[in-house]
Amino acid sequence: MLRIKCPFCGYRNESEFSCGGEAHIARPSAAVSDKLTDSTFSEYLFMRENPKGVFLERWCHTSGCRRWFNVARDTVTHQIYEIYPAGKTPKTTIGKKAYQVNWRRKSKAEVASKYLKRTPK
Amino acid sequence: MRHTQSHRLGTNNATVTDKQKSVHFRFDGKEYIGFEGDTLASALLAHGVHLIGRSFKYHRPRGIFGSGSEEPNALIRVIKGATAEPNLRATQIEIYDGLIAESQNRFPNLKFDLLSVNNLFSRFFPAGFYYKTFMWPSTFWMVYEKFIRRAAGLGKISKRHLEQNRYEHKYAHCELLVVGGGAAGLQAAVIAAQTGIRVIIADEQHKFGGWLLTDNNFNIDERPAINWVHDTVKKLQSAPNVTCLNRTTVFAAMDDNFTIMAERVTEHLANQPAHLPKQRLWKIRAEKVIMATGAIERPLVFSGNDLPGIMLSSAIRSYIKRHEVLPGTRIIVFTNNDDAYFTALAIYEAGGFIRCIIDLRKNPKSQIITTIRKLGIEIKTGHAVITAHGTRHIASVDIAAYDCEIQAPISDISHMDCNLLAVSGGLNPVVHLHSQRKGKLIWDDRTLCYRPNNSSVQWVSVGSANGTFQLTKVLNEATKTTSIIISKIAKHYKISKTEETINGPKSDDSKQNWAPTPAWLINSGQPHLSEKTAFVDFQNDSTAADIKLAVREGYHSVEHLKRYTTTGMATDQGKTSNINAIGILAESLNKSVAQTGITTFRPPYTPTSLGLIAGRNIGSLFDPLRKTRMHGWHQSKGAKFENVGQWIRAWYYPQEGEEFHQAVNREVYATRHYAGLIDASTLGKIEVKGPDAGEFLNRVYTNNFANLPIGKARYGLMLKEDGMVFDDGVTTRLAEDHFFMTTTTGGAAAVLAWLEELLQTEWQDLKVYLTSVTEQWSVASISGPNSSAILEACMSEDQNITDDFPFMTMKNTFIAGIPSRIFRISFTGEMAFEINVPARYGLALWSHLMQVGKEYNLTAYGTEAMHVLRAEKGFIIVGQETDGTVTPYDLGMDWIVSKKKSDFIGKRALERESMNEPQRKQLVGLLTTDPQKVIPEGAHAVLNPNQDTPMEMLGHVSSSYYSPNLKHSIAMALLKGGFNRKGQIVYIPMLNGEQPIKAKIVDPIFFDKKGDRLHG
Repeated sequence: MLRIKCPFCGYRNESEFSCGGEAHIARPSAAVSDKLTDSTFSEYLFMRENPKGVFLERWCHTSGCRRWFNVARDTVTHQIYEIYPAGKTPKTTIGKKAYQVNWRRKSKAEVASKYLKRTPK
Repeated sequence: MRHTQSHRLGTNNATVTDKQKSVHFRFDGKEYIGFEGDTLASALLAHGVHLIGRSFKYHRPRGIFGSGSEEPNALIRVIKGATAEPNLRATQIEIYDGLIAESQNRFPNLKFDLLSVNNLFSRFFPAGFYYKTFMWPSTFWMVYEKFIRRAAGLGKISKRHLEQNRYEHKYAHCELLVVGGGAAGLQAAVIAAQTGIRVIIADEQHKFGGWLLTDNNFNIDERPAINWVHDTVKKLQSAPNVTCLNRTTVFAAMDDNFTIMAERVTEHLANQPAHLPKQRLWKIRAEKVIMATGAIERPLVFSGNDLPGIMLSSAIRSYIKRHEVLPGTRIIVFTNNDDAYFTALAIYEAGGFIRCIIDLRKNPKSQIITTIRKLGIEIKTGHAVITAHGTRHIASVDIAAYDCEIQAPISDISHMDCNLLAVSGGLNPVVHLHSQRKGKLIWDDRTLCYRPNNSSVQWVSVGSANGTFQLTKVLNEATKTTSIIISKIAKHYKISKTEETINGPKSDDSKQNWAPTPAWLINSGQPHLSEKTAFVDFQNDSTAADIKLAVREGYHSVEHLKRYTTTGMATDQGKTSNINAIGILAESLNKSVAQTGITTFRPPYTPTSLGLIAGRNIGSLFDPLRKTRMHGWHQSKGAKFENVGQWIRAWYYPQEGEEFHQAVNREVYATRHYAGLIDASTLGKIEVKGPDAGEFLNRVYTNNFANLPIGKARYGLMLKEDGMVFDDGVTTRLAEDHFFMTTTTGGAAAVLAWLEELLQTEWQDLKVYLTSVTEQWSVASISGPNSSAILEACMSEDQNITDDFPFMTMKNTFIAGIPSRIFRISFTGEMAFEINVPARYGLALWSHLMQVGKEYNLTAYGTEAMHVLRAEKGFIIVGQETDGTVTPYDLGMDWIVSKKKSDFIGKRALERESMNEPQRKQLVGLLTTDPQKVIPEGAHAVLNPNQDTPMEMLGHVSSSYYSPNLKHSIAMALLKGGFNRKGQIVYIPMLNGEQPIKAKIVDPIFFDKKGDRLHG
């Protein structure tokens, strides 16, 4: 059982949390999604990364403060490299790299999305 | 008649057993005497009892083999009062006065076992037996299964286990957890304890000391090892920062040093104090873990090696030293290493007769061997035991000169009788916990064992668990490793600077020359005969022949081999068998052991009772039960209840002599003709507040909410991003920035979580606050032609709100003095009012309504009647008509999907081409040809019932009831292209062989299609 540091409550057992899967999937706004083909939109809808190594994912302290936050976790060793707020991008080198190498950064849905503009480089 | 302890030594030097206190116990109906500190195994061996069970597959006689948790054979059922626990290892059961134990897997008794005929048919039970047999014809599986179930399975479970047994859970934190209380563990704990950090040390046995309890002829720091153990344990027990736990098995090592242990608290006691549990589950979060788990001896594999009277050499030494029991009189020792010579020495010192020592090595040299030679004990080097003979006990062995290089006997066989054979094939470090943590293992060619690759910063193995078998080295290693690991956390815990790396205590252990010779399988020269009785895994009865057959059939990976032959898969998890199996596999493949690899050990290390894992989370504590404030009333009226999620809801209220259907029909009829009242308190209720609340609801519902006037209510459908229906409910605007949302009973928690997720992750710019108020309101919903009159009768004249109360609006008023929010909404299609009051008034409101309603024929109805009433109107229930693959279009609810709104969750997904595919399953009504025949819910519909199987399915029936108002069976179904099939006939084939039910596809609104009744 992982030991996760909730940014609001401190270290807690994994059983208090729920994992919300991959982070940084920008939801295309209506204006954008209308222009996307069905298959491009389906990438946003269904395709999820499943890397062996560092993964940026969302967690929620469900049985605690119920706040969402992001985690950079190695899927092999379970080592957590960084915990950072929802809506922000990672700051550590490892986290930044994991963010950049994701295919999603270049996907049509994300490129077309106006949300991309808000993401700091 | 009591049996004498014929094999107990006369001396008084036992390290564990206390000969002053005798203990009476029963095994298989016979009474025996042992001493305090005895295990069931040592006490039985003291009486010369070896035969203790029958093997799993062939029912071969099996005896006590080991002395601890590695024991593969001696599985015992212990009976206590009305309950019994199966599959306990005799080597770990501490005896107490009145203990009743019995053997397992034998019928009718141990000495004569009917299923041992399997032994004669052993050629019909090869590797992969279960995969090869019973496979064809497939319909016969049901016949086979009964027989297999009877023959398979280990032990008998007691159905009344929970009556007398209680298990508890406990959480603990520490900076250092030391697993194992032998030389290495004790030394590590002492070093750590000095620094003041919190230390927990756990040992599986009831006495600390580990192998020092057996190998007590060494000195540590110039005093007997056993004295060093006593002093060290005393030191630890008196330290306030140390928790010493004996009888405690660490059985699982998980991520981030989350470690789980089973403490056997009272099961070794004749009288269990009521306040203590049987076992306690410790969940420990440790900063660092030191694994000092020791090593387990492995046997040698030769023909007949499973006979009772053949034991691990180290186990024999343990029985002598710990319990003063010498389990045989004419003894042969068979070894490939030095350790067995210490057993020979122990036997000699105990006055036992060693016929000879058979050593596979050609020219072994060490101090202990010289010592043994000087004692005049015969040593046959370069020899092997080829075969062991005996019926229910070993009687003799065949011995021959043996060449380990060519793996064959190189001389004629000679015969030697004996009644005890000590076998020693080398030591296996207990790497289970390391392996559970995904730690890598390294094969050491010199010591012939897998040892851990210590590369983690969170945990480390020391001592013989690390492949270090020499005592002085063990003590040094424990000292150094502990110092290093503590210095890493010293800063954080403000430990005063650790002392200079100290040397461990010195010992005079002389096991320097630890170099066993590899010998995985002793070849008799006639392998096709001997390998079938050369057992590798005793508990699962897998033999060297099985492994070789599996290899011939292509199972070359250790993981495949394990599953195909079941080697290492029994309750002992291959503690004695794994490495030998890998060795034989490696030889068959002409590979090295390192190349062959090893299977991954998984928790638990030893079998763990499910009761312990469940702890107190059983029965009424298993899951919370949620009851409404009106629950007592429902109960007093004899209501039958059903579970909806965690909620207990009134299902129907049978009157005297009424059956289910009669009660439901009466409730449904009364609601349509007079008035009905249902407890709707369980509906999910969420307050949505904030300046952007309207905008937020606009985005999560398919229809428009931003323009909802204050005081008005609107039905909304919520989708997930994939366009599938997720939840529905009525939301009312209480103020400009304040909405009151209701959800389905089962969906309440999921809806709240989903809305929170959206606000926190997707739309952080929206100012909206959510609060669950499900438990804050009690709700009674009154429907039917008389509902308005009843409501009016409940209100004083100045508070009468029934005039000018349009459909889908909300009003505040008082009913019988109770502040109420009344919503004019309807789930029955009748004129209806949903009355919300602060939760604590729930029962008062309900009772008042029922009393006033008496003269209006008001009837309480349950969830079943509610389902029928809504189905008559064709209203859907999310979760019944929907299953996560149904869109609003599929439900024929196009009207609720806004065409004007620029965005809402699921909008783009609904526009996908496939969502408009005309052959999607669509919601329709079904009317059966026979009006009395009710279709089973979940049944599938077909167009042609006479087609061959598998039939082409059209879809399934989602809801089906008898409607007493229509006097006709009605159903809703999701059928492919259903909208265009209205008027067609479908058939519903029945599982029980009855004729298919014939039904016509119709519109799903069966009753009051125009909706006139809503308005009274």
